[in-house]
Parts: sequence; structure tokens; C-alpha cells
Amino acid sequence: MEPMVSVKNVSMRFNLASEKVDNLKEYLIKFTKGSLKFEEFWALKDVSIEIMPGDVYGLVGLNGSGKSTLLKTIAGVLKPTKGTVTVNGSIAPLIELGAGFDMDLTARENIYLNGAVLGFSKKFMDEHFQDIVDFSELHDFLDVPLKNYSSGMVARIAFAIATATKPDILIADEILSVGDYRFQEKCENRMKELMSGGTTVILVSHSIEQVRRMCNKVTWLEKGNVIMTGPTEEVCRAYSTKY
Amino acid sequence: MKNRFATFWRYRFLLSNLIGRDIKVKYRRSKLGILWSVLNPLLMMLVMTAVFSKFFRFDIPNYPVYLLSGQLLFTFFNESSTAAMGSVLFSAPLIKKVYVPKYIFPLEKSCFSFLNLFFSMIALMFVMLITRTSFHLSLFAGVIPMFLLFMFCTGVGLFLAAAAIFFRDVMHFWTVIVTALSYATPIFYPESIWQGTFMVYLGRLNPLYWYVTSFRGCVIDGVFPSVVSIGVCTFFAVAALVVGASVFWKTQDNFILYI
Ligand SMILES: Nc1ncnc2c1ncn2[C@@H]1O[C@H](COP(=O)(O)OP(=O)(O)OP(=O)(O)O)[C@@H](O)[C@H]1O
Ligand SMILES: [Mg+2]
Repeated sequence: MEPMVSVKNVSMRFNLASEKVDNLKEYLIKFTKGSLKFEEFWALKDVSIEIMPGDVYGLVGLNGSGKSTLLKTIAGVLKPTKGTVTVNGSIAPLIELGAGFDMDLTARENIYLNGAVLGFSKKFMDEHFQDIVDFSELHDFLDVPLKNYSSGMVARIAFAIATATKPDILIADEILSVGDYRFQEKCENRMKELMSGGTTVILVSHSIEQVRRMCNKVTWLEKGNVIMTGPTEEVCRAYSTKY
Repeated sequence: MKNRFATFWRYRFLLSNLIGRDIKVKYRRSKLGILWSVLNPLLMMLVMTAVFSKFFRFDIPNYPVYLLSGQLLFTFFNESSTAAMGSVLFSAPLIKKVYVPKYIFPLEKSCFSFLNLFFSMIALMFVMLITRTSFHLSLFAGVIPMFLLFMFCTGVGLFLAAAAIFFRDVMHFWTVIVTALSYATPIFYPESIWQGTFMVYLGRLNPLYWYVTSFRGCVIDGVFPSVVSIGVCTFFAVAALVVGASVFWKTQDNFILYI
């Protein structure tokens, strides 16, 4: 079977902010001094993973270990410095919910805008508008500017839009930690529904409980390196004994 | 290539949504709303006509129409290039989270300004009526230089958007260049004042000169654009697009590291 996502020897380099040369004068000074070197930082080092269709793939690791960075290379937001990422299917990225929301526009306008950002057509959004509103349970607030919403309400809409389609791959970065308890449950159910329909899921969570409950395969990252990849129980046990 | 077009086609709804958002945001809480894109050039023209017919007397027949036609095109150039320049930087929060073709942002700004230009044309028609300018068939040909200018501005916008990410200085620098260009283009003065100066030669290197004069020919003189002027306008448009698009293309994967 062909893998859904195949990450091969991916390394990702960032220039650190303190050394960011973004104006001409600095650039010229550094250039003439011959010191135009960026302080490099490798957020991912030679990472390879393979995700098969139907997997619910977990990523665990401490803060700053490179989980979000890896998800972003898979989603096409970041282009890896080295290595390749191959994806066979459509992606619904739930990396940071509500990317592209304009707080000054109303919820109704934002639903369309965000749908467009995700590459949906007008027709698709018209057809799914009601579902999105129903799922997020915000009927009474549709024509209120988003800045008057609570952050949980914003997250609900964003989740509803991103899961309006039936994607081949769902990327979820700690999104299940937003919203109140009832909504978290609803999100989890929605994800389960998608999974039973064959959607492959990549899940980042700091709740090892949740990873145990949902994933069938897990990769443990530390400082950009893969420490361990394997069946959930095995990796989770090793991870929990270390921390 | 086919693939690329498919991507663009897929994101056309994003393009129209962003344009819609810009319109909403620009005219939010203003009573007259979009009417301002007609009123604004009209009032500007009134002020400038008052100033220039009082203090500097240029021998230009039908000065209001002369001024407004030049002014409208130049404002379009200024608005679209400046907006496009900051467009990718401004969309940083989005670009960091979801994949979207990045050229959408500068392109959207050119389209939005172009739309505004069309609205402002109402002001021009209005002034032509008031001043009893005769309407010629060539008026319709005015869209040719307008459209070529749109291509030119899109190319410049792509270039500036990419350049501003790596060197923020570009933003400060550009305001100076636009000001210089506005004086190097016969907008409020007649071309004849260049006579006997180096501007006779230098002025023709200014792309805006060609778009403005060709447009005025259609609107005021009732002549269709000459082959030469269409040729030059097309040349600048294509050159700007090729340079802008290739610079953007080559650097776009690194944008995210700098925004
Ligand atoms: N655009 C960027 N520029 C520079 N450094 C970055 C950038 N994005 C991420 N990093 C760095 O890369 C490292 C990995 O970050 P990443 O967000 O992938 O961690 P994470 O595993 O998702 O952490 P968390 O659990 O806190 O979400 C961090 O040290 C971070 O500072
Ligand atoms: Mg993260």
C-alpha cells in the first residue's frame, strides 16, 4: 500500500530572530565586514516518517521539539531545507485554528473568508454553510463582528469550517484543548466520524491519555530528532518513564 | 503549467473574498461608502485645478480633464504598488499557518486598486460632461492603456512584495521613488515644458509617461493609441511582469523565514 504521507530525511533550518538582517544598511555593513552569517537553528534534523492510509498518527515531545514544524512541512506551509515530503491526498490543516480570520468582519463573512483560505469554492461554502453554523452552535451571533466573540467561540467556528469537507488527511495540532468540555467531546466525535470514514489523522497532543486513546502509531520527537517510532503503547510507555 | 492554473482557479474564490474584504474594510463606517472612490478624485481635482490655474498658468486646454485623467492613472499606480508591497508581510499570520499561493496577496491588491480605478472613471466622465468635452469613440480604447498599466503595476507589485520581505527599507525607498515619478510624469503640467531640457529624453524612459499620454490621447484628443505607444506600453508591462514574477517565484519559499 502506498503511504499517505511520506517524510524523507527532512531537515528544517531557521534563522534566529536576533540575527535577522532585514534592512539594507545592516546588510551592507555585515556584507563588507564579511560577517554575513546567520545564526542557524535546526528545528528538524533528518526526520523520516511514513503514514499509511487510515492511520491515526500521534506526535509527542516537549515544547519546542519540532512537532508543529513537522506538521507545517506536511501541510505545505514550510518548505523543508533538506529532504522531501510527499502527500497523496487533500489536507485539512487544523494547525492554528482561525488562520485568516478578520476580527473586524462578522462571523458570516469570516466563514466564507476562511473557507476561501482553505481553498473551498463558493458553491461548496454555500452548501455547507448551514452545517458549519449548526456544528458551531452560534446561530444567534452570525452577524456580530468576530472581535466580540470569546476565543472558544472563534475556535468552534474554525473547527467547523476546517472539518466541513471530508479530507483525506486531517492535521490536528493541539486543537482538542480549546473550547469547553462539551465542545471538546463534540470535536473528538467529529474526528472519530471522519476516521471511520477512512480519513488519516495526524495528531499532536500534550495529553498522553488522549494519544493512547486515539492513536495507533506514535513518533517521539526531541530537539528535532526522532527518538522513537512505533506502536502507541510502546512509545508512550518509554516517553512516560522518561518524563 | 496546467497544474498551476488549476491551483489559481481553485483559489479564485479567495481572491474575490479578499477583494470583498478590502472594500468592506475601506469603507466601513463611512456614510458615503464606495461613493468616495468617485468623490475623492473629484475633490482632489478641484483643489489642484484651483491651485494650478491661480498660481501656475499652464497653457492647457480643458485643464480639469487633463489633470484628472493623468491623476487617476498615477494614483492607481501609486495605490496598487504600495498596497502590494506590504501585502505579503501583512498576511504573515495567515501564511504561517495555512498553505495559500502567496502571489494571491499582491495580485489581490492590484485587482482591488484596478476596480477602484474603474469606479473613479465615473468622476472623469462627470467632469467631461460638466466641461462639455466632446466624447469620442476612442474613449473606449482608453481601456487598452489602462489594462496594460494594470499588468505593469502587477509586475511591480510582485517585485516589491518580495523585496520588502527581505529588506524593509524598500518600503521607505518606494515612497521617494513614487514622488520622483509623479514629478517626472506630465500630470499637472504639459509635456511641452520639458522642451530644451534633458527631460525630453529622460522622460521617455518613465513608463508612466507612456500610459498617461496614451490614455489622454484616447480621452481628450479622440485618437486611438498609436502602434508605437501600444508597443512601448506592452513592453514595459511584460518586462515588469516577467521580472516581478520571476523574483517572486525564486524567493517565495524563503518568505516564511523572514516574516
Ligand atoms: N518561524 C520560525 N523562526 C525561527 N524559529 C522557529 C520558527 N518556528 C519555529 N521555530 C523554532 O523551532 C523549534 C520547534 O518549534 P515547534 O513549534 O515545532 O515546537 P513544538 O514541538 O510544536 O512545541 P509546542 O509543544 O510548544 O507546540 C522551536 O525552538 C522554535 O523556537
Ligand atoms: Mg506546537
